[in-house]
Amino acid sequence: MAKQHEGRRRERLDRGIKVRSDGVYAVSSWREMMFLVGPRLLLIVGLLAMPLILGGVPYWQKVLTIICIYALLAIGFDFLAHYVGLVSLGGALYIGVGAYVSALLNTEFGVPIWASIPMATVLGGGICTLLLWPCLPLRGVYFAIVSLMFPLLAARFIEALDIFGGTDGIMGLDGFPNKWSEMYVLIICLLLALFGLRRLVNEDMGLVFRGVKDNDQAVKASGINITYYKAVGVFLASSLGCLGGAALAHIYMWAGISQFALDFSIIPIAATVVGGGGTLAGPVIGCLILVPVSELLRDFGTLRIAVYALILMAFIVFKSEGLMSYGARKYNQFEHWVEI
Amino acid sequence: MDIIIYGIINSATLALMALGFTLVYGVSRLPNFAHGALYVLAGYICWILLHKVGLPYVLAAALSLAFVAAVGGAMYSFILVRIRGMSISEIIASYAIGLAILEGLRWGGLKGGTFTLDYFVEGSVDIAGVSVDYQRILVVILGTLLVGLLYFFVNRTRLGLALKGMAQDERAALTLGIDSDRMAVASMALGSLSAAVAALILLPLGSIVVEAGYHVLIMAVAVCIVGGLGSWTGAILAAFVIGFAQILTTAYLGAHFSVVVALMAIILTLILRPSGLFGKQKELEERV
Repeated sequence: MAKQHEGRRRERLDRGIKVRSDGVYAVSSWREMMFLVGPRLLLIVGLLAMPLILGGVPYWQKVLTIICIYALLAIGFDFLAHYVGLVSLGGALYIGVGAYVSALLNTEFGVPIWASIPMATVLGGGICTLLLWPCLPLRGVYFAIVSLMFPLLAARFIEALDIFGGTDGIMGLDGFPNKWSEMYVLIICLLLALFGLRRLVNEDMGLVFRGVKDNDQAVKASGINITYYKAVGVFLASSLGCLGGAALAHIYMWAGISQFALDFSIIPIAATVVGGGGTLAGPVIGCLILVPVSELLRDFGTLRIAVYALILMAFIVFKSEGLMSYGARKYNQFEHWVEI
Repeated sequence: MDIIIYGIINSATLALMALGFTLVYGVSRLPNFAHGALYVLAGYICWILLHKVGLPYVLAAALSLAFVAAVGGAMYSFILVRIRGMSISEIIASYAIGLAILEGLRWGGLKGGTFTLDYFVEGSVDIAGVSVDYQRILVVILGTLLVGLLYFFVNRTRLGLALKGMAQDERAALTLGIDSDRMAVASMALGSLSAAVAALILLPLGSIVVEAGYHVLIMAVAVCIVGGLGSWTGAILAAFVIGFAQILTTAYLGAHFSVVVALMAIILTLILRPSGLFGKQKELEERV
């Protein structure tokens, strides 16, 4: 290293802490304001413009909606794992419950699509929370193990009891009025969820969440009901997943047991690890990278799950901070060469 | 009568499946989520050696056992050792390895039906009016034997005692000159070995399919949670509880429901006795 750069070295300077903080200094000049707003604007405008850019290719527009669904799930996973301390390996449960609830509401009770998706979000979140309630006192490994089993068993359960259409699933749901509404509804929901959760984790409630994660005994000693807060966390995360599931069911106009499939559990985790856990924006970036890769690998069948698993493993072992944390660090530093 | 006999057989099956998982967790506190994948891998390797390479059965079995044990050890010493102690990463990484193995095998052409291993011994025998295959009796005998062997190994040999020391107090073991990483490698290899042994004993009863990997993982986890993670007595007892519960539900409610039993057992255990039947000492660490 030293030999290659004879006579000079790279100097790194952190951007002033006053600028990075949210204080009044952040608005001291246009440059500083752009520094803070720039990346956020890039994400918002980029996502909103994406459907127009992909305008000519319906296939990639479909991929974009899938990206949004996975991103919703991944934000939920990230929130639950890094702010509440519950690692949920069974994201497919949320998708499946959301899909079935909205399918039932739509076909059995004739609820129109604009009402069935929000209702499925809230109801589905409630159902998932109730299902996971007995496991909430568990920590770390134990919660992960149990949550992994739920989607696998839910699929078997539906198969065994032959309820909700059995292996055929529920058909004949209303579709979105057009593909633009499909994309923009999801993109706007995704942005709202992302910035909403980022806001939430900095509020008082977020502080309690992080307390539950880092030292639950201390939180308990402060007279706060941990299980309640964990339930709220699970409700928020699973609602996001159910929203994705409901949208998915309406896009395909079908809900079936394949919506409990493994993809929905593994891709959000991989996206979170690749994008950077604990940043909330990282998982979105991870999804933007991984889901197109998955689409390109579609011809190879289940090999893509294997590829994912390998990417996931490589990142978790060799680059565990993830792209987003790496990028943020670079962005907050000035780097230049100085002569020695 | 057939409920009792098949209940015992089913319980032995479950105990075999769970043994490796609880062994690894008990020694190195490492949840090996690739357990099911190693199980399927062992069956697949054995099948390849038998039918593609044409080795005799004993040699093929021995080679596949050795291979899977080596894979387990390598998994720890190259990958998992880097993230030791970060429980979230450990779960995700070992699960990812398992997925990569299973889905890789599926892509490589492992589909149901064609891949089967032969019974060790053909034929069946009548016990108290119920006809039972020799293979199923062998499951019970070999299962008991394996438990006995592992028990002897852990309590009577130097390596086994070192593993036990690690499980009880890692730091104290370190001061006595027990290398924690080497022991963890040994426990992973041993755990993988027992997964492979279970595979070779159990797979002749069905065919080698990818789904078996997930099934074995679920069952192993169910048994371990009900019995209390890392506890041997608990795991064996829990295998009998779940085993009989499954057979009873199959007999009185229908075969479809037996898969649900595992989940119900877990949920009931978590509500009534959260640390499992025999998992008292770590109660504060694992739940609040």
